[in-house]
Amino acid sequence: MLPIHLAIIFPFLTALIILLFLRRFKKIHLGWLVLIVPTILFIQLSTYIPKIASGQTFRNEMSWIPTFDINFLTNMDGLSLIFGLLITGIGTLVILYSIYYLATDPNVVQFYIYLLLFMGSMLGVVFSDHLMVLYVFWELTSISSFLLIAYWYQRKGSRYGAKKALHITVIGGFFMLVGFLMLHHLTGTFQISEMITQADTWKNDPLLTWIIVFVLIGAFTKSAQFPFHIWLPDAMEAPTPISAYLHSATMVKAGIYIVARFTPIFGGETIWFLLVSIIGLLTLFWGAFTAIRQTDLKALLAYSTVSQLGLIMTLFGVGSLSFHPQFSLEGTLYTQAIFAALFHLMNHSTFKGALFMIVGIIDYQIGTRDLRRLGGLASFMPISFTIAMIGSFSMAGLPPFNGFLSKEMFFTSMLQLKEMNIASITSLQTMATFFPIIAWLASVFTFIYCMMIVFQTFFGPFKIQNEEEAKEPSFGMLIPPIILGSLVVFVFFFPNILGDHIIKPAIYSIYPNVTADMIGSISQWHGFNTELKMTIGIIVLGTIIYVYLTYFKKVYIVFPRALSFDALYNNTLDKLDIYANKITNFYMTGYLRDYIAFIFSFFTVLLLGVFFYVDAFAFSIEGDATINIFAWILVGSIIIAGMTILFASSRMTAIIVNGYIGFAIAMFFVLFRAPDLALTQLVVETVTTALFLLCFYFLPEWEKEKPARKTKITNIIIAISVGVTFTLIALSVKSGRLFESISTYFEKSEELTGAKNIVNTVLGDFRAFDTMLEVIVLFIAGIGVYTLIKYKDKVEVKHDENE
Amino acid sequence: MMKTNDVILQSVTKVVVFIILTLAIYLFFSGHDAPGGGFVAGLALASSFVLMLLAFDMETVQKGIPVNFRILGAVGAMFVLIDGVGAVVFGKPFLTQAFKEIEIPFFGPIEISTVTLFETGVSLAVVGVVVTIILSISEDV
Amino acid sequence: METVIIILSGILVTIATYLLLSKNLIKVILGTAVLTHAVHLLIMAMGGFYGSSVPIIGENSEEYADALPQALILTSIVISFAVTAFFLVLAYQVYKRTKTTDLKQLRGFRHE
Repeated sequence: MLPIHLAIIFPFLTALIILLFLRRFKKIHLGWLVLIVPTILFIQLSTYIPKIASGQTFRNEMSWIPTFDINFLTNMDGLSLIFGLLITGIGTLVILYSIYYLATDPNVVQFYIYLLLFMGSMLGVVFSDHLMVLYVFWELTSISSFLLIAYWYQRKGSRYGAKKALHITVIGGFFMLVGFLMLHHLTGTFQISEMITQADTWKNDPLLTWIIVFVLIGAFTKSAQFPFHIWLPDAMEAPTPISAYLHSATMVKAGIYIVARFTPIFGGETIWFLLVSIIGLLTLFWGAFTAIRQTDLKALLAYSTVSQLGLIMTLFGVGSLSFHPQFSLEGTLYTQAIFAALFHLMNHSTFKGALFMIVGIIDYQIGTRDLRRLGGLASFMPISFTIAMIGSFSMAGLPPFNGFLSKEMFFTSMLQLKEMNIASITSLQTMATFFPIIAWLASVFTFIYCMMIVFQTFFGPFKIQNEEEAKEPSFGMLIPPIILGSLVVFVFFFPNILGDHIIKPAIYSIYPNVTADMIGSISQWHGFNTELKMTIGIIVLGTIIYVYLTYFKKVYIVFPRALSFDALYNNTLDKLDIYANKITNFYMTGYLRDYIAFIFSFFTVLLLGVFFYVDAFAFSIEGDATINIFAWILVGSIIIAGMTILFASSRMTAIIVNGYIGFAIAMFFVLFRAPDLALTQLVVETVTTALFLLCFYFLPEWEKEKPARKTKITNIIIAISVGVTFTLIALSVKSGRLFESISTYFEKSEELTGAKNIVNTVLGDFRAFDTMLEVIVLFIAGIGVYTLIKYKDKVEVKHDENE
Repeated sequence: MMKTNDVILQSVTKVVVFIILTLAIYLFFSGHDAPGGGFVAGLALASSFVLMLLAFDMETVQKGIPVNFRILGAVGAMFVLIDGVGAVVFGKPFLTQAFKEIEIPFFGPIEISTVTLFETGVSLAVVGVVVTIILSISEDV
Repeated sequence: METVIIILSGILVTIATYLLLSKNLIKVILGTAVLTHAVHLLIMAMGGFYGSSVPIIGENSEEYADALPQALILTSIVISFAVTAFFLVLAYQVYKRTKTTDLKQLRGFRHE
């Protein structure tokens, strides 16, 4: 059997192979080759279904960075299997669809490489059992999503949307990383499965709240929860297959996966319940409410995705209550919520995928997806119409489609909340009452926008100029949505196939204590209960509002766009740009003197400050060698020479004096018993001086500098403080030897290397690597000089042309 | 560059260059056991070229020593690398040097060491680079 | 002696810093040259001046001067030579293109 590692690596490998060997591949559309990858993976993962259903899990381990306890650990249980199947299953359909959608696009190679990159990282997210590995894959999905949104990078909107998505999801990911690191600190392990088994041991740690908040920010940004949802509508600039795949079926569900995965760990915390369920509910409502306002079909679908994700999130929030110590008895009731969540998750992928593909077809055939310009397509595109209707009605929660089943279960969970004593864990007593009401209202809006999709696109007056274009696309393009559409219907009639084999095992992996009989099965008819009445109410109220939609839309005037989170995001970005520019221009003056002044002042202050702070100053002349008269003469002459450079009126004087300092130092080397140094210094100083003179032959005589008094004083202060700092630190270092010199080792040079000259032995044997690099630096400098001089011709010619 | 026609300088140079060259070679071989070594030798060699350049014009020097100094520098760097890689070939860490004392008639014991190759590389690189720098500047008028 | 040498190199650093802060490109290069001298002296002083003979084995001595700083300085000398040469040529080219060595006038200069 294929290890899960390979399943994760397979897409990456394929991407690499395409990049290396198949870039010029033109014989058949590249998509047909890529299609093999998810198909194989889907079949492979399907073979696991019976084993997982019987309660097995599959673990694999591969060492990666063992020193930091980071290993490529994978764990496959029911929960990851659901996501794995979604990723590969929808992936197969989307790639099939994209073959037609991008039939004439010249850049398909990039498209499929990015897509495979995404598929691999998404599989990595759901299968890894190690927090750090999970995080790496998590960010990889953000990056591949960025690349895919910006696929048509020539468009301004694509670039904007891609950047926005990247900003928000990566910042969220960063929060999550912090949360993960704190979690590691708390638990001492990186393995999620280990954390789950030890979840009880650190239930009441104060750090836990922060961890929950940080991890949830990561999950919420990725899953486009309020108020981070603003990136998703802009991400719709991506090619439609991508919108269907990443931005409705898989990537945006990564956040939900995280919430589900961590429910056993954080589930007992009240704050977890509150955050997940309230944010989820808010997102559900706001997404549905805003969707009605949209005129772009894809934007409408984006908001509807936001809203549906909120619905799933709410269910997970409520489901987490069963881990709460207060509700251990009624716990099983809440597993129903999780069941509903997972069920809706799968349903959403089917109907939303189908809807996106249909919208893509409309856009592809007719060239617009603006609701105001569409209408009356039902008779021209009957198949598309049928699928769109199935998808929309399912989303609206109408029978006989799978959305109805999960929607009913959603209502059940919301209604149950009222029966529980929520007040015992939170002061929001009224919350339980509000939950079903808000959920119901949101569902009314959902119903309305679903009707908009169907009726405004396919009915009403036909507004398209060119009737030729309004026809069904090639049959291949219709296959994926047809498959998804049939699934929508199929699941309604046989929901328990899905429930028993896929969803229940996932529940066992979240709730290890739950057994099959505690969950029950899905049934289409529950009797004439409250849930059904709610659905009927939705249809009635929804229809009324839909009919008077033009009047209803006046409500949106209350929410001006200038006060939206979108505007906040844009403004923040703009202002960041402006102020960053201002700050940078303030110190980036382009004048070398300023830079040197900044750097020197900074280090002086820093070093002096640290030395004062730790009181490290020391001064002792103990152990100093005695000083003789020659040394005094040399010291004196060097000081005089140095001063002369400062006040030299001619550059010739300065050069000769600098040469003098060099020679004096060579003399010092003689005094210090360093013959090699003395020799080298003498020759180098000669050559350097010659070089200076040679260059000065071409350079102008220096003019008398007359800097402003203020600058001059500043310069003097900086120079003196640098000198003083230097001296003080050097003296302190000298006075306090912390360890013995290592030089005695080198004195064994004769026996180790056969040479008597220790200095040369150090250069040629002990530290030969340094010398080698030094030779290379020297060589680079030589080549640099040569190029700098030879380079001129080209530039000068160009210069002339410009003039 | 500046065309000099200083007879005294030119005559002296002719003699002095040989002295410097001898010194350079001495420094190179003495580096093992006495002050000297590849760097100084290279620099001394280079300075003799500089002196020649100052005394005569460039064409004369180039005619006398038809060497491309850039390539010489590169060859030097190569020597250093070859010496390093050589050690790896024999299964030792990069740049490990080996030495052996051998007996030569009349001269007595002499040490043969791979450091010599290393130092040759250093010298050649130094000569190549220094002369390249000076040549490029003086050529560019 | 070490103390004196350190103070001397401190003075050289002061001079070098002042030169580096100048607006004349040539003075800046001179500053780097002086800075190199100062650093060499510092390394030397840090090694200490113990030992009565040059670091060549067989000089009839048991105590040799510290060879490590000497090796370091030797490396530094050659590299600083290369860097100075590069700087000089850079200055020369800058002057050729812009007809100035005044860093203040060179601010924001782009040759196109």
